[in-house]
Amino acid sequence: MEIPGYLPREQLQALLERLQQQGYRCVGPRVREGAMVYDDINHADQLAVGYTQTQEPGHYRLKAGSTVRQFAWANGPQALKPLTFAPREELWCAQEQPDGSLKFHPAATDYEPVAVIGVRACDLAALRLQEQHFLDSCADPQFAVRRRSLFLIAVNCTHPAQTCFCASTGDGPEVDQDCDLSLYETDEGFFVSAVSPAGQQLALTLPLEHGDAELFKQACAEVTRAGEAQVRRVPAKNLRDSLFAQLDHPRWKEVAERCLSCGNCTQVCPTCFCHSETSVPSVDGHQTTHQRQWDSCFSPGHSYIHGITLRKETEQRYRQWLTHKFGSWHDQYGRSGCVGCGRCISWCPVGIDPTEELDVICTDVTGRPE
Amino acid sequence: MTINPYLPLEAEVIERIQETPTIVTLRLRLTDPDARHRFYCSPGQFNMLYLYGVGEVPISIKSGPQSFLDQTLLLDHTIRAVGRVTRALVELQPGARLGVRGPYGRGWPLKEAQGKDVHVITGGLGCAPAVSMVHELVKQRGRFGRISVVQGVKHADDLIWREQYEHWAKQPDTQVLLAADQPDATWRWHQGMVTGLLDQLTLNPDRSIAMLCGPEPMMRASAERLIELGLEPEQIWLSMERNMQCAIGHCGHCQFGGAFVCKDGPVFNYPQVRELLGVRGF
Repeated sequence: MEIPGYLPREQLQALLERLQQQGYRCVGPRVREGAMVYDDINHADQLAVGYTQTQEPGHYRLKAGSTVRQFAWANGPQALKPLTFAPREELWCAQEQPDGSLKFHPAATDYEPVAVIGVRACDLAALRLQEQHFLDSCADPQFAVRRRSLFLIAVNCTHPAQTCFCASTGDGPEVDQDCDLSLYETDEGFFVSAVSPAGQQLALTLPLEHGDAELFKQACAEVTRAGEAQVRRVPAKNLRDSLFAQLDHPRWKEVAERCLSCGNCTQVCPTCFCHSETSVPSVDGHQTTHQRQWDSCFSPGHSYIHGITLRKETEQRYRQWLTHKFGSWHDQYGRSGCVGCGRCISWCPVGIDPTEELDVICTDVTGRPE
Repeated sequence: MTINPYLPLEAEVIERIQETPTIVTLRLRLTDPDARHRFYCSPGQFNMLYLYGVGEVPISIKSGPQSFLDQTLLLDHTIRAVGRVTRALVELQPGARLGVRGPYGRGWPLKEAQGKDVHVITGGLGCAPAVSMVHELVKQRGRFGRISVVQGVKHADDLIWREQYEHWAKQPDTQVLLAADQPDATWRWHQGMVTGLLDQLTLNPDRSIAMLCGPEPMMRASAERLIELGLEPEQIWLSMERNMQCAIGHCGHCQFGGAFVCKDGPVFNYPQVRELLGVRGF
């Protein structure tokens, strides 16, 4: 086994400087309002350090000062999604000319390149799913430019949350590909594996030390254990057919009594792609911008059609979400739309857990598995 | 198709035809001559119409140029005023400008229909996406077997393009059947639902294809009745409608099970949608 080079923790600043020299705006984990979020980092000192976390259904707490490490937590509410698929952005604008004619202009796409430090395997898997959605059939110009402008530095997960189940979806905790650099964290620093050609070039400029084989073995074992430690899983069966065979299951009504239809799950989900478009006129009325912003299948407008809302009931909205994410996503993109990050469980105000719902719904009412 | 898939082209209203108190046909012409000559569509496709400062809506193309040889270069869209955008769209007068994006979606299976008897069954304004297809059938009459056009409306007043149906009825080997649930004194066709007419079809199941467009309960009942009359589900096609905002399969609103109605449809083969058609909430 080839042992990756080792970057002592105090040299993390060198990595940041190389990225900045190459014109990247750097973002990495910082603590904001009690949660780990990706935010601008100008100096390595600004990266959060010493935090662990507890995540449970409807519960997310950070704990400071409990480790020397910087990535001893699973994830925060954001994934990479806002960096490629902006929560709200202009698509184009229309101008009304004095003669009544209209001129249309596409939105500018001169986004600055962004380097992200601390990407998780689940979020890379989610990015791949979003690429399938936004690029494969009719490329979204804004998503395409934003994606091309990303430099991704992944950190293998060693501290899964109780809500994590990436091992069961096959998306983590180990980072395999689709990033530029892949890091293994130890108490004193990081093993740095170059994954992409751009990552290789950057790695050459880093003050990497010779990596200790035994220490690397331990670092890899920590990641393996992180997978084994996960307690949740998605049912290992043909979920698409099981779900669509159970559209009348009494559990839909039962879960709808708990669900607030708030859409938190869809906002923190790294693969949810729904968005609505609106026309926003300027105050003088001579220009209007056509914007899109994240929508949710839990919003009443999502299923609106010529005066009718097709999904009036929470029961129908929850069923739409779950049958799409775990069922019809297979029809669309050849796999489930869930990467096991567990965010929808932690950030659900009432702690609804889709893995539990799937277990119940995909077992028929007599208690027999489908 | 525009290069940026979200960017509309400017169009001008050439003519406004008031079909009924709430239904208007807008005849549009793209203002850029190059765009006009590049734009062609197939029956059953739709455009996104953008009203300045108000928003975009998907509207099927009632008629439009179908090849670069076509010299009409005009796009007819028949619109019922039901929502925020359509209520304002139907007020547009000749000379007004708007945005057009398209054409989008998969249209009617005219290739599969060649050499077969074609049964076009529509309800209400579902006739609009089917009209261009019937025109095409009549234009290329020799390529198809018998043609039947079946249209049902709620009130007799709702029947638009009456002369058109009368014209089609005079074509060789063509059957036109009309139904109104609530007829008036002048109504001389069937009283009741469109499904009540299906038994009157001259149906040769082994060489038939059916194309359906209208309210979902009507399409479902018609499709199931056609199957009882001997058609295979694969011989039935129908045009679906859902909330559409991007029209290119990105915004997620039009999902029907695994299908994106905007790009996988709007015209589907019946087996593709049979599982969920009529299930509340999909």
